[in-house]
Amino acid sequence: MSRADTATDTATDTAAGAAADTGRAGAGTARPVAPPAAPAPAPGLGAGAGRGPGAALGLFRSELTLTFRRWRSLALLGILAVLPIVVGIAVKIETSDGGSVGGGGGEGPAFISQVTNNGLFLVFTSLAATLPFFLPMAVGVIAGDAIAGEAASGTLRYLLVAPAGRTRLLLAKFTTVLVFCLAATLVVAASALATGALLFPTGEVTLLSGTSVPFSEGLLRALAIAATVAASLVGLAALGLFVSTLTNSGIAAMATTVGLVITVQIVDTIPQLDVVHPYLFPHYWLSFSDLLRDPVYWDHLTKNFGLQALYTALFGSAAWARFTTRDVTA
Amino acid sequence: MAQIRPNKPRHKAVRYAVPVAVAGVAAATVGLVPALASTGAPDLPKITAEQLVAKMAESDVQHMSGTVKVDADLGLPSLPGGSGGPGGFGGPQGGGHDGGGDGSSGKQADGSGAAPGAKLTELASGEHTLRVAMDGPDKHKLSVVEDASEYSIVHNARDVWAYDSGSNSAWHARSPRSGAAHGGSAAESVTPQKAAQQALDAVGKSASVTVDGTAKIADRDAYQLVIKPKNAPDSTIGAVRIAVDADNGTPLKFTLTPHDGGKPVVDIAYQDVDFGKPAAKTFEFSPPKGTKVTEADPEKLGERGKSGEHGEHGKPGAGGPLGRPGDGALLEGEGPQKALEGLSGLNIVGKGGDWNKVAEFDTGMKGALSGLTGSGAGAGKDPGKGGAGPDAGKLLDSLTDEVKGDFGTGRVVSTRLVNALMTEDGKVYVGAVTKEGLIKAAESAAE
Repeated sequence: MSRADTATDTATDTAAGAAADTGRAGAGTARPVAPPAAPAPAPGLGAGAGRGPGAALGLFRSELTLTFRRWRSLALLGILAVLPIVVGIAVKIETSDGGSVGGGGGEGPAFISQVTNNGLFLVFTSLAATLPFFLPMAVGVIAGDAIAGEAASGTLRYLLVAPAGRTRLLLAKFTTVLVFCLAATLVVAASALATGALLFPTGEVTLLSGTSVPFSEGLLRALAIAATVAASLVGLAALGLFVSTLTNSGIAAMATTVGLVITVQIVDTIPQLDVVHPYLFPHYWLSFSDLLRDPVYWDHLTKNFGLQALYTALFGSAAWARFTTRDVTA
Repeated sequence: MAQIRPNKPRHKAVRYAVPVAVAGVAAATVGLVPALASTGAPDLPKITAEQLVAKMAESDVQHMSGTVKVDADLGLPSLPGGSGGPGGFGGPQGGGHDGGGDGSSGKQADGSGAAPGAKLTELASGEHTLRVAMDGPDKHKLSVVEDASEYSIVHNARDVWAYDSGSNSAWHARSPRSGAAHGGSAAESVTPQKAAQQALDAVGKSASVTVDGTAKIADRDAYQLVIKPKNAPDSTIGAVRIAVDADNGTPLKFTLTPHDGGKPVVDIAYQDVDFGKPAAKTFEFSPPKGTKVTEADPEKLGERGKSGEHGEHGKPGAGGPLGRPGDGALLEGEGPQKALEGLSGLNIVGKGGDWNKVAEFDTGMKGALSGLTGSGAGAGKDPGKGGAGPDAGKLLDSLTDEVKGDFGTGRVVSTRLVNALMTEDGKVYVGAVTKEGLIKAAESAAE
């Protein structure tokens, strides 16, 4: 049993720009060879990158390509892209006889009754429909797999042999998950926008408050909503990353993260537990719809952002504490 | 098996201190910020209660907009099977008159779609966020902020629109005459201004009005006016507290606490308020393509306007200020609430000043109590189902208490603020008095 005490991040910070890519290239055949690091001192990843932002960027890039080349990630994004199409076609079929969705009783996902007025609303409906489960599931899978997946496949120690540093690796992983959050949300929004524009009329958008805005402003609001939805998933990303540092089984980390999403959402619906509701990360998820009011109602939006920041700080630091102090055995 | 471990394990505890510190700071923030935010009563020149009331009366705010939090806990008996709390309240009065109309006030089950009555009735229980905007007497807007949807009433000159984004339906009424019509008054009835006005109207001479310090409401300095009933042992109203803007006399917060203490029955407060002119497009509404629009019957509108006028001064502060089922009547008019609200032709019984007033009216139905069994069940769920079954009897028992007195046998529906008694001979007594006070009043009326 050989023990290799190797460079920790503290050691790395004193070392000059570490060649993370070299380490990654030697990490085994399972991992693709990353493109060389940017030679120029590119804008670093911010805190923790210390010296050698180029190396950090390289690490991040290789993580990014790795994540987005996985079949698993592509399949998740594919499902997310198909969902708005299914919703759009279903609404089209149901309303083809001139009726309204769900008999006009306001049933179904949010905004669905407005889809027939304006295809843009399919974006909001799709985001509202995917936000409770599909989007967090996808993020949970990616975040849960981030560290634990490496550990399970035995590649984590090779990553750590390279003098990239644990903090930096964690940051690269977290940033990748954040990019995935944004990508997943944009995939839903783009697919919904295309479907909505094809199947339904577009034009002046009537906001929830009854005021009308031009389509261009509607598009801007849709973009802001997509960004808000992506930001709503940040807290979950940090939570998943923390779970991922706890175990050496990628499946266990994914299952735990997705399970947590479901459990927390159930707790969020139990009226007897309303004391804790404002502190649950999904509690203000639907606040993105407040961007569709006129004037925008910021109360819940700011609470949502604050909550996500809190979860990120809490579980991000917990993940950091755990990951930089634990023994990596695989 | 290779093991890679960090070379400085002694840092472990230090590192774990970081998330713990984050959690600590977060908890402290959560605990302290509300406490800090609510401190600091502003330092304002002394003012007498008369001056403050005069200031409110003189207040001439033409345009404003803001967000209002309405928290009502009337303690309405809840009906199984739906959001029919308010409907349940209307239930006994509705009785055998019109079971169907009753159902429509509790739920949006009928075709009326976005008609305002049902929506405003919902405000009678729970917490709601409203946004209000006003520009002169002819332009009002009131929106009920809901999860991922919004319900708006827009009053612009002669048009009153109601738009429910959740069900994508609209309601439209065009007043035959211009001016602040019924729609406007309904929209205002849930703002602190209107509530305060109604409370002051109800004060009469039998209440003590005092100024009790200052407060900061919606980032504005305000005086606190406290109205307490005098010589009214049976009143369920403990105190009415109104925060009045020190600058322009606009009521910013209205709190009604019950006599037996506890959480306020009604709490209406501005979260933020802006006395600037709202954008003109705020008051413009045209139904989007594909929206189902219900046109109100102009014939009935005149009638509604009338019933609204009576309703406003009808009941002495009793549940007065907001969201009671009666608000629906201002616009809807058809329901049995009209009978309750348009108190003209009602007897006011009960002694001991304004605060002990009890309204009496005759439903004209002898033995209606047995009919109640059916309508009680029908009110919440299925208006068509009128039959009296054993279940319905149980339901009646769970909602009401049987009482006996000189008037015979009756049943009392209790809420935290308003109690209603229906007797065997079809008489109904309603008032913001305790159950005992109500029975006393009914007995004195029966003599």
